[in-house]
Amino acid sequence: MSTLSERILGAPAGAYVDREVDIAFAHDGTGVLTREALREMGVEQLPHPERLRLVFDHIVPANTGTTATLQAELRGYARASGIDLSDAGGGICHQVMSEGVVRPGMVVVGADSHTCTLGALGAFATGVGATDMAAIWASGATWFRVPETIAVNLTGRLGGPAEPKDVALACVARLGMEGATYRALEFVGDGASGISMDGRLTLCNMAVETGAKTGIFYADAVTVRHLAGHGVAASPQAVEEPRYEREIAIDLSGIVPLVAVPHRVDTVREAEDVAGTPIDQVFVGTCTNGRYEDLARLARIVRGRKVAVRTLVVPASRAVLARAIATGVLADIVDAGCMVAPPGCGPCLGAHEGVMGEGEVCLSTANRNFKNRMGVGAEIYLSSVATAAVSALAGEIAVPEVA
Amino acid sequence: MMQGTGPAVCLGNDVDTDLIIAGRYLRTKDRSVWAEHVLEDLDPALAPRIRGAIIVAGRNMGCGSSREQAVVALREAGVVGIVAESFARIFFRNAVNVGLPVIEASVACTDGAHVAFDLDSGWVEVDGVRRPARPLSPRMVTILRAGGLVPYWRSCR
Repeated sequence: MSTLSERILGAPAGAYVDREVDIAFAHDGTGVLTREALREMGVEQLPHPERLRLVFDHIVPANTGTTATLQAELRGYARASGIDLSDAGGGICHQVMSEGVVRPGMVVVGADSHTCTLGALGAFATGVGATDMAAIWASGATWFRVPETIAVNLTGRLGGPAEPKDVALACVARLGMEGATYRALEFVGDGASGISMDGRLTLCNMAVETGAKTGIFYADAVTVRHLAGHGVAASPQAVEEPRYEREIAIDLSGIVPLVAVPHRVDTVREAEDVAGTPIDQVFVGTCTNGRYEDLARLARIVRGRKVAVRTLVVPASRAVLARAIATGVLADIVDAGCMVAPPGCGPCLGAHEGVMGEGEVCLSTANRNFKNRMGVGAEIYLSSVATAAVSALAGEIAVPEVA
Repeated sequence: MMQGTGPAVCLGNDVDTDLIIAGRYLRTKDRSVWAEHVLEDLDPALAPRIRGAIIVAGRNMGCGSSREQAVVALREAGVVGIVAESFARIFFRNAVNVGLPVIEASVACTDGAHVAFDLDSGWVEVDGVRRPARPLSPRMVTILRAGGLVPYWRSCR
């Protein structure tokens, strides 16, 4: 019996395959290099523009004249080549692709390491570099080494204040930053069906922090319902009983709020152990935790109260923002004293909009806390939204107590 | 592309692509900017030392972002090749795609040691001690021999 990656790629683990891709996307950062590579390759006609996407998310709106010029060139290229462009304000590429573009069974490549996020929909989704993307845009296909698979067997249900992000951090801590290099993580077990689509996207998003090629969930009723909400019909994927390279078990009922401390994603402590750490900024957003459920969770905790440190909230997409407006979630967040920035990556990669100063500390719901990532000399702690929310209110790292 | 020699510059484990080229330097097409700031956040003194050298890293070299500027920065800064015990997969594939030799092998490193590699024969040598290198896939060999994915593509057309 095959793993889901083997089934989608059509070959056993270890095999090299050439595969047509269903969706291939780049963003404003990698898209510039992809365009340059296409120019150097002498490629003028793209054979399958309908499979290609450009999403402006990394520095939106543009912060400097240089950035604006690079984006203008890319915008012009998209128009001339017939590539669908999600322009500034539309949201983060992975989130936009999850909103009715990617479907179960697809082969998806993105010029961004967190493309693995989209495995949450039962697709084989992985990140590639810009030149690889250029060759994919030029041919409609690429080569893959079919990965071995590590099963992450989820049992039980999350309880108390723990949320999928805490499971993701637990998973990274268990496997380590290279524990799954070249491999796929397949999230299975009784506990998997109880995790929402937003939660699955969070879990798959952080698969790459273990070195994995992708994280993947089987499409089930949750997937079908999610896609139906975006006007897309889909079917569940049958769960076979594949042979995994290895298996790790995570009991969801035992998960407590966790924090990854500087400067490694796999140095994970219980939030309890780092409570009281002073912070200068809280950042809620990114392709890990900028979804509607995340914003709703934040709103529930800060409603009617005031944050004690500057708190930046960046919705993952326009659809997320619109829903947060419609339900009143956004008003609660703004009334509590949070700043809200347009949908996109925000300061996650240290390029603009909320970067940190020397010696400052950020508690972030993102996926990476590498040294200097959000600013030279700044420190990043990573946590769930609930931990970020109670910490924003306390002005220091605090532990959420209720669900 | 398949053979090289140079003095060793030793790096540790888990050197991420943010350390290789920081996010604040990405918004340009000018490759010399990346070469100038390469490895700056790890050690600002490294950039001039890596010209003509072979980087010998530990485990999980190039983890993190898919940013291709990381491998281009190293290539433009004059790195001859990178030997590491293990590589992050996107970085590995990017390196081959831009024509920068990557050699997966377990070797002891001393700064300045004489390093030589031969990917055709599958070995790397540090101060005369030869170790086997993990073979590249046939496709990667073809791309690297061509000097990267762009020249490979042009040669196929």
